[in-house]
Amino acid sequence: MAIDRRQFIAAGTGLAAGAALGSSALAQGAPRYTPEPGASLRLLRWSHFVKGDDDAFMANVQKFTQATGVQVRVDRESWEDIRPKAAVAANVGSGPDLMMVWFDDAHQYPDKLLDLTDVANDLGNRFGGWHEGPRSYAVRDGRFIALPLAAIGNGLVWRQSMIERAGFRQMPTDTAGFLELCKALARSNVPRAGFAMGNAVGDGNNFAHWVVWSHRGRMVDEQNRVVINSPETRAGLMYARELYQTFVPGTEGWLDINNNRAWLANELSVTANGVSIYYSTRNEARFKEIADDTRSAILPIGPIGRPVELHQTTSFIVFRYTRFPNAARAFLQFMYDKPQMDAWITGSSAYCASALKGFANNPVWDADPVHKPYQRAAETLRVNGYAGQLGFASAAVMADYIMVNMVAEAATGQRTPEEAMRRAEQRANRYYRV
Amino acid sequence: MADTAIRTAPGFRRISLAERILSDRNVMGLLFMLPAAAFLLLFLTYPLGLGIWLGFTDTRIGRSGIFIGLENYESLWGDHVFWLSVFNTFFYTLVASILKFVLGLWLALILNEHLPFKAFIRAIVLLPWVVPTVLSGIAFWWIFDAQFSVITWALQQLGLMTGTINYLGDPWNARFSTIAANVWRGIPFVAITLLAGLQTIPASLQEAATLDGATPWQRFWHITLPMLTPIIAVVMTFSVLFTFTDFQLIYVLTRGGPQNATHLMATLSFQRAIPGGQLGEGAAIAVAMIPFLLAAILFSYFGLQRRRWQQGGQDA
Repeated sequence: MAIDRRQFIAAGTGLAAGAALGSSALAQGAPRYTPEPGASLRLLRWSHFVKGDDDAFMANVQKFTQATGVQVRVDRESWEDIRPKAAVAANVGSGPDLMMVWFDDAHQYPDKLLDLTDVANDLGNRFGGWHEGPRSYAVRDGRFIALPLAAIGNGLVWRQSMIERAGFRQMPTDTAGFLELCKALARSNVPRAGFAMGNAVGDGNNFAHWVVWSHRGRMVDEQNRVVINSPETRAGLMYARELYQTFVPGTEGWLDINNNRAWLANELSVTANGVSIYYSTRNEARFKEIADDTRSAILPIGPIGRPVELHQTTSFIVFRYTRFPNAARAFLQFMYDKPQMDAWITGSSAYCASALKGFANNPVWDADPVHKPYQRAAETLRVNGYAGQLGFASAAVMADYIMVNMVAEAATGQRTPEEAMRRAEQRANRYYRV
Repeated sequence: MADTAIRTAPGFRRISLAERILSDRNVMGLLFMLPAAAFLLLFLTYPLGLGIWLGFTDTRIGRSGIFIGLENYESLWGDHVFWLSVFNTFFYTLVASILKFVLGLWLALILNEHLPFKAFIRAIVLLPWVVPTVLSGIAFWWIFDAQFSVITWALQQLGLMTGTINYLGDPWNARFSTIAANVWRGIPFVAITLLAGLQTIPASLQEAATLDGATPWQRFWHITLPMLTPIIAVVMTFSVLFTFTDFQLIYVLTRGGPQNATHLMATLSFQRAIPGGQLGEGAAIAVAMIPFLLAAILFSYFGLQRRRWQQGGQDA
């Protein structure tokens, strides 16, 4: 399906498009996709958090239209509406041709998606291969049902002046040292640390998964057996219990936006967030003091001995019902090509780390010290259904906040770690059908 | 012969079967009702039927399901989060409805008195009902913020407390906070409707009672309340239905947290069905709400039929 020769010869517009695409930096031997005559595309993506992301994205889209004549209509939806919209489109067989989706969305309706293996293999070959985490979200039974796009890093951010007032010159890199820092902050007359533990889609899941994974806990094993009730998880929950007692009040009810609000009000010294929390201060003069004082790092390394984080991951999918599969493939190939991908990553201002290894050295990561830790997001991320297969169960377990609730129950002392683990095990087993 | 004469009379036009049917009053009645019936079937009966059917299947997002009987319900039976949501829904509905009734009735009685700027005040009272739920939800989100609550701030400024109140972080605080938001939003509906009811009570009854020496409390208990009972039944039925099926306030304020302490059946149904992809199970949770809703409707229906009870007497 790489080249539709008949269409290529027959269609004048297609010929022009092919020539235009050929003029970009496509490598020798790369498959060329000729948009169908009269093709137009509808694309649905998540609303941007960093304006530069959207600007660069739209500039790339316009370049594609200029090169091929294929009009691309781009619609935007809030983060949380992406999953239901994609699901409805898959179910009814109508809607946008392409979508930017989250996590394991593609594994919920793999049969409704266009096989993108040839596009993915081409891009992987040309740009250093795919990072393992994003690749796992896109591959099912050996074929790419989605095209991994980027990881939106969730990093540790802190106010340097505040941790110094608590007696720390540097942010500890391990969980034990981090706990000591948080205790010191709680003892000192400075704002405390705070991590979301409410039903927060992004921040809540990132924190809870980090707590468990960094202590070697996991929801399921390789055979999809629920193994959350384990000594490793218990160790993570005990750690969370100690950590929670150093937090600002109310974190168990926090949704995704709460830590941003507290951060802007100087009520928070340490939290975890995307780089957007930094840009909410960097671009406004009244928050200059906060921006200048902000530092970042990857989340502390626990007993597991290496960084393991969830991060937010996004992939492109193309629905099978599209009337213009080649136009969609050509579009994706164009958007992932070096000039466009470089421009997009630069415009995103460290918000998005490419799923392709070859783009890891974009200058944006060195443009500001706060950016640097987010550079490795695509590399260190672990899939939400680890260590089992992705699919309905992994999606349902995360959507039901099972990990988040377990950590919050144990951390706040509402349940003992043993009770919290048993409850999580029972809930997860309902989805993994034991 | 007469028949023949009629049939052959000049100017006589044979009435076709279609015309005869169309001139039938009953047929015409049915025809006029058809659009409404089609509308109801398409937009009410079909979705309801589909929802009930989905509850008996293992349908997931992107995959049509097969009939699995009561398996979804059996699975929910052993799910402590589901039972917590059932408890939350009943607690939320019961406490919020009682508060809305008491405060709404109180407000209606005040508004029924002769007040300066009466029309203006009545318009103001309607505001919480008019404001979109999501907007009022966001306002309450700030009011209940652990760090920035205006209530906490005011109490601190008055020297009544030094710490903070964990409105949406503590399970019971979160339950009462969401109930408070719901009550604030729901009072105008109850108050304005009961006010309309109050104004239908003839003033002569109150005057007669006053002349007979009845105290204000006796007048309220023996005249106002019995006369108001039919409208109370209607208002409270709607209020209970709205509260039982509430979604937006919870979704904005807590997403069902902390630790599922504010998950209602409606929010849990959505969470399982859409973000979680388990359409069958989500539908089953929604269907599990139907018996309770039906019970509320039947209570109102039969309550309205009991005329003596409406008029303050005892049923025979």
